Amino acid sequence: MRLTALAVLAVVLLGAAPALGGGRPNPADLEAEIVCPTCKTTLDQSNSPIASRMKAYIRERIAAGDTAAQIKAQLVDQFGPAVLAEPPKRGFDLLAWLLPIGGLAVGAVAVAALAWTWSRRGHDESEPQPLDPDLERLVDTELARFEE
Amino acid sequence: MTGRAKTVGQALALLMVASLLGLLAWKVVWGGDGGAAAALEQGDSPAAPAFTLPRIDTTGDLSLESLRGKALVVNFWASWCIPCKDEVPFLQKTYEKYREQGLVVVGVDAQDFRQDAKRFTKRFGLTYPIVYDGKGSTLGKWGVTGFPETFFVDRQGRLVGERIVGGVDIDRNREAYDRGVKLALGTP
Repeated sequence: MRLTALAVLAVVLLGAAPALGGGRPNPADLEAEIVCPTCKTTLDQSNSPIASRMKAYIRERIAAGDTAAQIKAQLVDQFGPAVLAEPPKRGFDLLAWLLPIGGLAVGAVAVAALAWTWSRRGHDESEPQPLDPDLERLVDTELARFEE
Repeated sequence: MTGRAKTVGQALALLMVASLLGLLAWKVVWGGDGGAAAALEQGDSPAAPAFTLPRIDTTGDLSLESLRGKALVVNFWASWCIPCKDEVPFLQKTYEKYREQGLVVVGVDAQDFRQDAKRFTKRFGLTYPIVYDGKGSTLGKWGVTGFPETFFVDRQGRLVGERIVGGVDIDRNREAYDRGVKLALGTP
């Protein structure tokens, strides 16, 4: 019984080990977030010499215990911010995130305003309009003649 | 929607379209990707695009402007580039041969790891000045399309001769290289 409990505890601890490691970076994840400076695709899509060197660098730094943020910062220091597949969410680069959202919001408001205007116009047109007196007289005359 | 709101909306839409067209025109006219190399290929002799970059071979920065009055061979390279390894002994020989006449070979290491570039210069015993441009900020202005590429700059700071695409000292470009060195030096 005690042995079984110890075995279960060992399995649980082993399973939890990666999580307890403070989120050790996964090379594949980083390779999908870093752009090869010569071919402009992410590292996982490229086998160019510099992409291969950068992949090796990422593995070296992971083995040395660096976090994903530290490795990205080192690559930005060497190759500039264009090496990041996604622009950082701060400063001027924040615009790259906000502008599309702002554009969508403006578009949604415009569509809503148009829909509201069209629906009101349709509603106004459904209400009966007073007939022209001459036309009304003519209709009455014609109806009276029809009934005869 | 009132007539006024409709007019304002149409004006905004027109303004947006005009702005986009303006950006496109600006990109076509001023944002050409050819850089100085394109002007050189059209027979012009444009000013060599300026740069001030940190040195790899020693401390401090090197400004191209500080070399005005010298004949320059400007070589763009990276440590991961195979033909770059083949051509550097020849560039070093050029530097040693013409140094007394006022020629300087300037290596621009771009899109590379700084430490790799340092190892490269030590391995090949390079003594000419080498700067580091990891971000590749000079490439567009010069019109560099790959590595290695070599340009010649005369003593007035203008590009002369031909741009050499690929490694130098091969049959294909040896003549152009020698001509470029002579034009830069101003010797017949």
